[in-house]
Amino acid sequence: MRESVSFRVFRWIVLIPLSIFVLVPLYAMVTSALKPLRDVQSAFQWWPEHLTLEPFVQMWSTVPLGKYFMNSIVVAVSATAFSVVIATIAAYAISRYQFRGRGLFSGVVLSTQMFPGVLFLLPLFVIFVNIDKSLGFTLLYQTRLGLIVTYLTFTLPFSVWMLASYMDGIPRELDEAARVDGSSAMGALVRVILPAARPGIIAVSVYAFMNAWGEILFASQMTNNQTRTLSIGLQAYATEQIVLWNQVMAAAFVVSVPVVVGFLLLQRHLVAGLTAGAVK
Amino acid sequence: MATLLGNSHRQGRSSLGQPQANRSAPPWRERVPWKRITPYLLILPAIAFELLVHVVPMFVGIWMSFIRLTQQYLSDWQHAPFAGLANYGKAVDFGNVLGHQLASSFGVTLAFTVLVIGSAYLFGLSAAIVLQRSFRGRGLLRTVFLIPYAIPAYAGIITWKFMLQRDTGLVNELVVHVLHLTDQPPFWLLGSNSFWVLVIVTIWQTWPFAFLMLMAGMQSIPDELYQAAVVDGASDWQQIRYITVRLMKPVSMVLLLLLFLWTFRDFNTPFVLFGAQPPPQANLLVVNIYQSSFIQWNFGLGSAMSVLLMFFLILVAGVWALVRKAADRDA
Repeated sequence: MRESVSFRVFRWIVLIPLSIFVLVPLYAMVTSALKPLRDVQSAFQWWPEHLTLEPFVQMWSTVPLGKYFMNSIVVAVSATAFSVVIATIAAYAISRYQFRGRGLFSGVVLSTQMFPGVLFLLPLFVIFVNIDKSLGFTLLYQTRLGLIVTYLTFTLPFSVWMLASYMDGIPRELDEAARVDGSSAMGALVRVILPAARPGIIAVSVYAFMNAWGEILFASQMTNNQTRTLSIGLQAYATEQIVLWNQVMAAAFVVSVPVVVGFLLLQRHLVAGLTAGAVK
Repeated sequence: MATLLGNSHRQGRSSLGQPQANRSAPPWRERVPWKRITPYLLILPAIAFELLVHVVPMFVGIWMSFIRLTQQYLSDWQHAPFAGLANYGKAVDFGNVLGHQLASSFGVTLAFTVLVIGSAYLFGLSAAIVLQRSFRGRGLLRTVFLIPYAIPAYAGIITWKFMLQRDTGLVNELVVHVLHLTDQPPFWLLGSNSFWVLVIVTIWQTWPFAFLMLMAGMQSIPDELYQAAVVDGASDWQQIRYITVRLMKPVSMVLLLLLFLWTFRDFNTPFVLFGAQPPPQANLLVVNIYQSSFIQWNFGLGSAMSVLLMFFLILVAGVWALVRKAADRDA
């Protein structure tokens, strides 16, 4: 297809500034992570004069980054796993069954998306404190379990909605055939629907993991020194007398790599999932 | 004992592999209308968690906005004195410091939201349009553009914070030594600059999502439409205007609502850039609520402000639904 000159010019007028806008912070992050401390304490150097890997070593001992990392992994992986399993089962019910309250359920689930997190944060804080008080031991307040429970529900509404739309696109004959052959409802879900809905499930998992890995508001009040996750832990470098910017940048780089790589590898599925689900 | 029996029967049934096998089940199993309650059992876990984390706290939150829940009553909330509408009164009393703060914070948040979603949508739409047809470097650019969305919010924002440092930041190096716009390096994280910084950093994180949604939407436009347009002699610009933009209208409507709801209650950007006490020019509503709750430990007032925020968002969504209905009728 031939393109007009004006369109080709327009393309680069759009792409060049956007690329610069996107890439400059990433460049600053990566190069500063490789600079010795004195070089990030003076005027910014476009080309790093001295390269070192020391920030990547030191960052683990300046703050307990390893512990934060572990907490984030446990919380994000568990929240994602639970959220995806629960959402898949609920989406299956919505997509394949007619039942009273189906519309109400979808409506309530979706509308919770609209409410500001801070509205839940205060009562949840109070509820967790009081549940623990009546139990006599710390179960939810400032524990990883409390955070897992919270995060898994954050992504549940969107996941249910997207998976239900995705499953609507899978022909009913497939699972009905399985039911005739003697599968139970769960059997049909596991053997027929799950394989067919894989792109949707991957998309939802990526979404849930990114959400739990990056959440800040709840993590700031629902964690303590022992359960702190990366989103709050990373700011610990800034409470030192001098901010060790090279280590902050190294840590920011290290916590970003797994999510960014995972996201970019799976983005094809995410686009497919979005096309089937949200974009209707 | 009953559960034991039930289990052994269930095992027997699955080993036979036939659903009809439950004829041999104990009478209570036959009385339960499994077919009817299956969907309810399937949505039960989702409902339980939604109730615990969303629905119950929402009602508790509304109730909390009517009591005087200060620090001393926090673990003894049943005994906090009833306050009636006093918390709401305090929140909207614009003569009062707190009320004045809330009003100015609302204005800041509204201006911030409009600027961010306007730019994010424009950037996302332009990028999706120019990346629709394949050319050299398209795949790479697409990937690069998604990075700010994929990166954890705090990692991206803290990098911006580093770039905006007065003496050691990249931005002032650019402004003072490369572009020579000024001799005095400005403070970016204080005063009125802080508002613009907040807007730009939020756009940086937000626009790739608009790009992603619009790109996904554009993939569903059939190629034949463009081919037919070319046959009819339509220029690139006419194709964009009459096919791409027009067919993206439903997606755009959903996208703009999502962007509004997310941006209006943004907490991450101001919190990481400025901490819990941002300069007044960058004091977004949610940070303001956070402050009155967790810094001043006045949960009653914080809840009242949250409820007001919720009603505002419901109002916006309602207006949006009306606009969409009207748009559907016209189409």
